[in-house]
Amino acid sequence: MFRTTLRNVTAHKGRLLMTMLAVLLGVAFLSATLVFTDTFAEAYRKSSEQSFAYVDVAIRPGRAPEGGPPGARPALTQDLLHDVARLPEARTVIGSVTGFTAIAGKDGALAGQGWSTRGANYYPGPGGADPRYAVARGRAPQNAGEIMLDARSAERTGYQVGDTVRLSVDGPVLKEKLVGVFTTDDGEVAAGGTLTLFDTATAQRLFAEPGIFSEITAKASPGASQVALRAAVEKVLPEGAVTFTGDSLARDQAVRVEGTINDLRSTLLVFAGIALFVGVFLIANTFTMLTAQRTRELALLRAIGASRRQITRSVLVEALLIGAVAGCAGMVAGIGVAACLRGLIGSFGSGGQVLPDGPLVVSPAAVVVSLAVGVLVTMAAAWPPARRAGRIPPVAAMSAVHAPATSRSLVVRNTVGAILAAAGAATVLAGTGMDFDEGQYVIGLGASTLLTGVFVLTPLLSRPFIAAVTPLLRRMGAPGKLARENALRNPRRTAATASALTIGLAVITGLTVIATSSREATDARATATLSADYVVRMGNYDDLSVQVEDAIKATDRVTGGVTAVSPLREVPARVAGSNMFLTGVDAGVIGDLLRPEFTRGSLSGLGTGGALVDAGTAAEHGWTTGTALPVTFPDGGHGRVTISGVYQDTDLLHGLVIDTHLLDPHLRTRTAGSVLVKTAHGPSRAAKDAIIDALGDSPAILVQSKQDVSTSIAHSITVMLNLLYGLLAMAVIVAVLGVVNTLVMSVVERSAEIGMLRAIGLDRGGVRRMVRLESLVISLFGATLGAGLGVFFGWAGVRLLAADTPAYRLILPWGQIALVLALATVIGVVAAVWPARNAARLDMLTAIQSG
Amino acid sequence: MNPSRTTASHASSVTMTTRPAAVADKLTKVYGQGETRVVALDGVSVEFRRGEFTAIMGPSGSGKSTLMHCMAGLDAISGGSARIGDLELTGLSDKQLTRLRRDRIGFVFQAFNLLPTLTAAENITLPLTIAGRRPDKAWLDEVIAAVGLADRLEHRPAQLSGGQQQRVAVARALAGRPEIIFADEPTGNLDSRSGAEVLGFLRDSVRELGQTVAMVTHDPVAASYADRVVFLADGHVVDELREPTAATVLDRMKRLDTGDRAG
Repeated sequence: MFRTTLRNVTAHKGRLLMTMLAVLLGVAFLSATLVFTDTFAEAYRKSSEQSFAYVDVAIRPGRAPEGGPPGARPALTQDLLHDVARLPEARTVIGSVTGFTAIAGKDGALAGQGWSTRGANYYPGPGGADPRYAVARGRAPQNAGEIMLDARSAERTGYQVGDTVRLSVDGPVLKEKLVGVFTTDDGEVAAGGTLTLFDTATAQRLFAEPGIFSEITAKASPGASQVALRAAVEKVLPEGAVTFTGDSLARDQAVRVEGTINDLRSTLLVFAGIALFVGVFLIANTFTMLTAQRTRELALLRAIGASRRQITRSVLVEALLIGAVAGCAGMVAGIGVAACLRGLIGSFGSGGQVLPDGPLVVSPAAVVVSLAVGVLVTMAAAWPPARRAGRIPPVAAMSAVHAPATSRSLVVRNTVGAILAAAGAATVLAGTGMDFDEGQYVIGLGASTLLTGVFVLTPLLSRPFIAAVTPLLRRMGAPGKLARENALRNPRRTAATASALTIGLAVITGLTVIATSSREATDARATATLSADYVVRMGNYDDLSVQVEDAIKATDRVTGGVTAVSPLREVPARVAGSNMFLTGVDAGVIGDLLRPEFTRGSLSGLGTGGALVDAGTAAEHGWTTGTALPVTFPDGGHGRVTISGVYQDTDLLHGLVIDTHLLDPHLRTRTAGSVLVKTAHGPSRAAKDAIIDALGDSPAILVQSKQDVSTSIAHSITVMLNLLYGLLAMAVIVAVLGVVNTLVMSVVERSAEIGMLRAIGLDRGGVRRMVRLESLVISLFGATLGAGLGVFFGWAGVRLLAADTPAYRLILPWGQIALVLALATVIGVVAAVWPARNAARLDMLTAIQSG
Repeated sequence: MNPSRTTASHASSVTMTTRPAAVADKLTKVYGQGETRVVALDGVSVEFRRGEFTAIMGPSGSGKSTLMHCMAGLDAISGGSARIGDLELTGLSDKQLTRLRRDRIGFVFQAFNLLPTLTAAENITLPLTIAGRRPDKAWLDEVIAAVGLADRLEHRPAQLSGGQQQRVAVARALAGRPEIIFADEPTGNLDSRSGAEVLGFLRDSVRELGQTVAMVTHDPVAASYADRVVFLADGHVVDELREPTAATVLDRMKRLDTGDRAG
């Protein structure tokens, strides 16, 4: 039996090409994911180990002690550092302060990625050097006005020792002299972040307060364990400060990294899974057609004594061979892709990289899993046709006719499909009524049930679809009519081929609907109530220094253009016994800058000791207009406010809002999350430039008009969508292979007919058109189903999100949906190119006689 | 599509009855090159007169099928000339040959070659559909009545017997009123009764409808339905017989065979 199987595989090489490719692509996706994430994880693990090489015990401020003023955290002072340094268990002690530091490149733009541009202090130890940083050129910073940059950032920006570097910590621009360049093992720097070092006093002034550290780390004396050192340190700690051993920090970091990578891996695996699932349809189709074509041959084997089981097994062994060969090739291709990805990400940007250095990790598990999945998916997909092959009666060998196209009643199938689809749709509907956390799983379950039901029903659904396009096809003359008949001839095959396309396009459409609706909702939350011309904030959403406010207000005098400026200060406070954030706004002008929607009361009481509260918080605490609330401010001072308005929260305004005149006296430093600005003549290039100039063209600050905010929201959603489209592309490509596969095989199957059609006068163009139209019918059918399901899933997703965020409304992106159908048309035409050419080139005489 | 064209060709067939429907003149067909070179037809000259039923006979490998394929524009000609009516086939492009087959030639194949997805009626009008021509209703009814399929028109090929399927194929060939019908072993897959029926229809189409038919066969009984039998051997026309009977055909065949062996 095995020899026959082997002969079959080699004899049908050409016809198995698409099947092999489908398995190969799915497995390549899978193995690339596994290898890439393993490599990623290994590189991060190494770099995080190095980051903690100088830490045996770390002291951090911890939380504010109960009863003290809100927001106050225990201070890590110079005295504490000395206390720790005096412990016999401690060898070297380092105090560090870190914070956000944006560096402007020579072109004025922000250098590095916004999130990992940090500043810190250079802490010279007893030997005068900081063991964490190796000075490569120049020297370490010693005085205010001097900085040192990590080597990679220096190379990327082109700054040389002696240059003046513009940078910003909390808004205002600082001009510092670059006195040195260093190298470090720091994980974030290795991952492409920027690190600027100041002398300790300057760093403390910028990031904390003079004499205060944000972390103190100690290296143990020889012979002292991390635990012993920690126990000793605990004795000298102020209340509320917490300690960690270096090992536990490294472990925590490893767990965090692992978590991030697991998330990435599972996301990628979902898409690899979709691609493999789509491949199942293709594989099943191939084996169904191959066994149908070999009916007589298989029947002959049965007639001469092969058992059912032997026939089934021979088909399965064929699948095993294909799965193994394609799986191996796919695995190798996947490792190649992972290597390319690594290289690509490594060379991302000009010398900057997001991945720490490290070798490509090909684990045995990744190899085994990829191969096993390739083989198992192929065999599982071939299982039903293999069983059908086993049921071919021996007498079929004698009958002159081909095995009749499976005309078995579809009644059972349709009933099962209808029940599944109805149950799925009902579950999705039920899910939309729930809250997000439960609802997402219910909808996910319902969606997959509905999808399965629809797959089962596709043969039935293909009829009305084809009936709907029949008038169009009839107008295409004979090729159109013939294409229609061919598409109807084997509804199961048409359905399976179209289904493969349905999956990818349903997910694409669903995601597009949700993303478009999200964009609108996010945009509404960010801009709908905004009447200011500009929102000024830090690039990393940190707080702005009060100098920014003052500088913008000063613009007024320079240009005469700025008419209203208000900060949105967010500070921790205790209100009526619960900790919450207070938002301070300038009550005098806020009405010109924001128009919140009030459910009760109005803005008017805010200037006279009133407070505004968002509807959610009000409902949670049972507050309403007129409720008087005791407030404890960050400095421990007490006050009392009366609610004068209840509003709908947005991204800009939320929580309890009071006047800055009430709040500011209680603040040591007046910072602002953002500053709203109104100009006399509305947003303009000149007004924006005036504000940017007033802020010294700071690299850390964003000045955005309403339009800019909308654009950046739209941009981030588009980037995310494109990423998802990219991941789904593989599933669509496999589906296209499926269409090609079906067409190629049906051309082979129908070669006698095509030969006859050519003989009685259908020209090559007509034959090509016939194949192409059949391809179009299949792909448009798949796309219509996919788009329909996608819109439904999208609708359900938006309903679910709307339960949490009322701003969500269903937005149907008609343009993109039309694009999906256009894509299906292109797929139809492209998939038909090769099969249509084969059909048109068939040798007429051989083809006629093959019947 | 263009009724005037059909009328014109009909008129021409009336005025030029003396001219043959198809002519092969020193027709040569060579397959392969060098050592694998095989001469299938070696200067064959034969005329297919209008309104005549010609059978082409010969042992396997005599070139009878090749002759038909070349005459019908299914295969390219290596040398000499083949004409359908006035039209020289040599040098025609694939497109022109396709048009020629579509508009002026009818086919009946051994394996019936019907489209399983179309009904009998749709199969019959298929060549007209391909040409985008409207069928001549009266003529179609006449053809359908002649082959006795009036009550089987909505059936699909799988629901018809072999004989019925081949009658559908004959009707399909007749539907477009071609200048000549080529039939390739039309009874090869049929039992003798069904075969006799099909052959009867072919003969009737010649006698009663004025059709021209050329049929390749190796069956002396089938050949006896023809007006004339042309014998081929080794790519040459070796003999011709008018008003054949099964016995005379068999006799000639035997002689050809022995002659073959002797030569």
